[in-house]
Amino acid sequence: MNNIISGLRARLAPVADRVGTALEPVGRVLGMKSVKYPLRTVGVLLIYALPILHLPLINTENSDFSGVLFTVGTYVLVALGLNIVIGYAGLLDLGYVGFYAVGAYTVGVVTSEHGQWPFFLALPLALVVTMASGVLLGAPTLRVRGDYLAIVTMGFGEIIRIVARNTDWLGGAGGINSIPSPPDIGPEEGLFQIPHLSWQYGYPTIDDRVTKVLHFGVLDATPYFWMILTTIILVICADMLIKNSRVGRAWEATREDEDVAELMGVPTFKFKLLAFAMGACIGGLAGAMYATRVGFINPPSFPLMLSLLFVAAVVIGGAGNRWGAILGAVIVAYLPERFREFADWRLLVFGIALIVIVSFRTQGLFPGRQKKRVAQAEKEVQKLEEGAEIV
Amino acid sequence: MSESEDILLELEAVTIKFGGVVALDDVSMTIKKGEILGLIGPNGAGKTTCFNVITGVYAATSGTISLDGKSLAKRKRYQITKLGIARTFQNIRLFPSMSALDNVLVGADVHSKVGLLRALFRTPYFRRVEPENKRRAVELLELVGVGAQPDEISVNLSYGDQRRLEIARALATNPKLICLDEPAAGFNPAEKLRLMDLIRQIRDLGFTVLVVEHDMKLVMGVCDRIVVLEFGRKIAEGTPSEIQKNPAVIAAYLGTEEADDDAA
Amino acid sequence: MEFLIGNFAELTITGLVLGSVYALVALGYTLVYGVLQLINFAHSEVFMWGTYAVVWVLTLLGASGTSSLAGAAGYLAIALVAAVLMSGGVALIVERFAYRRLVRQNAPKYIILISAIGASFVLSEIMGLRDKIAGFLGLQGVLGDYVNNPRNTSTLPVEIKPEPVLQIGNYMVRDTELLIIISALIMMFVLDQFIRRTSFGRQIRAVAQDPEAASLMGANSTNVVRLTFLIGGVMAGVAATLYMIKVGATGFNVGFVLGVKAFTAAVLGGIGNLRGALLGGLILGIAENYASGILGSEWRDVTAFVLLVLVLLVRPSGLLGESLGRARA
Repeated sequence: MNNIISGLRARLAPVADRVGTALEPVGRVLGMKSVKYPLRTVGVLLIYALPILHLPLINTENSDFSGVLFTVGTYVLVALGLNIVIGYAGLLDLGYVGFYAVGAYTVGVVTSEHGQWPFFLALPLALVVTMASGVLLGAPTLRVRGDYLAIVTMGFGEIIRIVARNTDWLGGAGGINSIPSPPDIGPEEGLFQIPHLSWQYGYPTIDDRVTKVLHFGVLDATPYFWMILTTIILVICADMLIKNSRVGRAWEATREDEDVAELMGVPTFKFKLLAFAMGACIGGLAGAMYATRVGFINPPSFPLMLSLLFVAAVVIGGAGNRWGAILGAVIVAYLPERFREFADWRLLVFGIALIVIVSFRTQGLFPGRQKKRVAQAEKEVQKLEEGAEIV
Repeated sequence: MSESEDILLELEAVTIKFGGVVALDDVSMTIKKGEILGLIGPNGAGKTTCFNVITGVYAATSGTISLDGKSLAKRKRYQITKLGIARTFQNIRLFPSMSALDNVLVGADVHSKVGLLRALFRTPYFRRVEPENKRRAVELLELVGVGAQPDEISVNLSYGDQRRLEIARALATNPKLICLDEPAAGFNPAEKLRLMDLIRQIRDLGFTVLVVEHDMKLVMGVCDRIVVLEFGRKIAEGTPSEIQKNPAVIAAYLGTEEADDDAA
Repeated sequence: MEFLIGNFAELTITGLVLGSVYALVALGYTLVYGVLQLINFAHSEVFMWGTYAVVWVLTLLGASGTSSLAGAAGYLAIALVAAVLMSGGVALIVERFAYRRLVRQNAPKYIILISAIGASFVLSEIMGLRDKIAGFLGLQGVLGDYVNNPRNTSTLPVEIKPEPVLQIGNYMVRDTELLIIISALIMMFVLDQFIRRTSFGRQIRAVAQDPEAASLMGANSTNVVRLTFLIGGVMAGVAATLYMIKVGATGFNVGFVLGVKAFTAAVLGGIGNLRGALLGGLILGIAENYASGILGSEWRDVTAFVLLVLVLLVRPSGLLGESLGRARA
């Protein structure tokens, strides 16, 4: 297996290099320094093109592929936010769906239930409201012991849902209907139109389906996917900038040893609250986009189970590593859609996966480089200890 | 310069009680700027308690502690660090899965005002302070002798390197007073000699040093002045040679000195 | 408010009934927390499996129609044994597969909590997918009645008609309610004595106080942990039987909400403290009833969460303090 992979890599490397070289002028124009960047650009463009390429094997035959991609996108966004809370700051939040719901409900309330705000105005409001809810929840609870925090946050998720159900102003049990799509940017026919591909016997043909760029309709989820993908990329950039700074280090130090962090001058409570608020904000962002895409939200859209699935995504991928969290989210959201026949089993499978992963591969499927080294070191220490016991 | 301007840290009649147990009883002492002060005493004498009250881990039941004339009472632990007191730990407590450099950087971040927005927008302040801190962190790693592997995660470092990394992390906060909690624990004689050099070097860089240590040779060899505690009280204070001749100290250590030498 | 005053006796009595069930489940949380300082997130599913044991056994015995409590006593006694065996067994399985390895490795708490969450998923989903699993094993024909419609509510095959036996205020207390409160009190008493007086109990307390010292002194901490899970499971089995007598129906997802409430009860009374679990359970049961009397029943489930947050903020060690290790048990 490894042979095949390394063989492939050897054969693909020159091709990639050539592509890289070819793209170098583009990179130079954009101020990029290395060949790596154009390669990444190609990768990103490929992801943007996914919903119109309808690639065989990964395409979902039984449900709208762009819709599935959008769902995967929301999970990825949520996982990125939750990764800050769980992975970086080490706070186990089991009520993350609460923030997701707050974001969705904010959009629902101001664009449909009690106002006609355009989505792009409602979105920043949703961010502010979720961030505020994060601070409101975090300020009293982040002082309690870590394992209690898990239960308290879980309670928060449930309270949000029950309050929404019992409050007529929020639409009550019926929820909020006809949440508008985002307004089109440019003409209604789209800036331009892109045809989709379909595949037969391994050959692509151009389909008569088209996606209108920047036209947000009900039928075609592709523009929504592009919107959320763009958001994800922005969030990743922000994540990288923050992680690689005093803030990121303070989070990590707090997670590793809160007392020592405090003694080394880290105001740990402030940074935990910041992580909580940022996580909340990103969760709310995902919820807001979900609301405008589906157009209809009600309390059962935000079950506790969703919180636990989000946690599963982050942990399965490898908490603390943003790429791991993203892959975890893709696994949790995409696999059940792709293999619909097994969709019923997904909670069972993820439950088993959680136990197995934390027991045997504590650092998740895709740990960061550092975590790998930590695991290695721990293993060696354990070996030494076991050896000592025998002696 | 008058006498009082020389004083960096002042403990005045500090008492600490845990329930009914008096851990520190009316202890007064001063640390002068630029000196190396040793804090010694038999086991259970209250050295660690004294150390913890200075660094803000415990609050004093009564009495005052002030650094440069500013009272430490009612300050949070991180504020005390920011004010200028940093410490190491008897049982090593690094951030295990962070790199050596990042460990030191956490210390260096104390005086940084980088927050969410500055990090997000890479403001001029950020671009000035973060590289500056990094440069200082690298220098400190070299000073303590861990410069060769800045990117190694700290659990992977050797025991001695971990101990020295803790010193670098504490120095990175740019403290007025650095408190070393048994820095030589587990060191062999050669490492102890190097540690003594390092402590002197740190003092020569302008830091004031407080050392709690069991190893008498190290304490006598490196300290300018020594304070002796027994049963939570201060029983003696003076230069190493004075302390060695002090009858109260000899009495306190009688019987335990041998054990200490064995341990060392 | 008027409703609350007019029905004060009823709300209080039924609150105590509910609270008794919470208290018995809370014991499971409190015991495990006392010994391991870990929240056994899967304990609610241990309870849920117990309720199914009651349904299945009564179905197996061919119970049907309606019956008075006394008339169904024989059936219920057998069901109790089945529920205790089931819940105890499931609790041991949870300990073995979700905890033991991680506890030995001294893994971080939140990692163990995640493992327990996984176990909770698995237990409730196995119940919720039992038709498919039986089909997989080719047993659907044999087990038909027991596994069909796994995601719907399952009801007791026999309906137990409560009889009024005692008047308190303007409320006639039913025999089932009396049974539940008294059984819960008896179980609590027995457990309290067990922990205080037997050598097993001493070992549990020793490990709770200081695991390392206890293992040096000879208490085999793995066995103690196993025993702790088992006792918690047994209590959950009793709670499950009482719950079925009162409610008469269960589902694969009943565990979660009840679990959170029982956990709240444990924290309220002081987690790790057995008497605290009883006190916390009863207070929570009554508080819930009053709250739904005042605000309307749709707010019932919020009570527990709000109470939990308040307790953690105001008095994190609970009303009676945390003390499994100490002699008060």
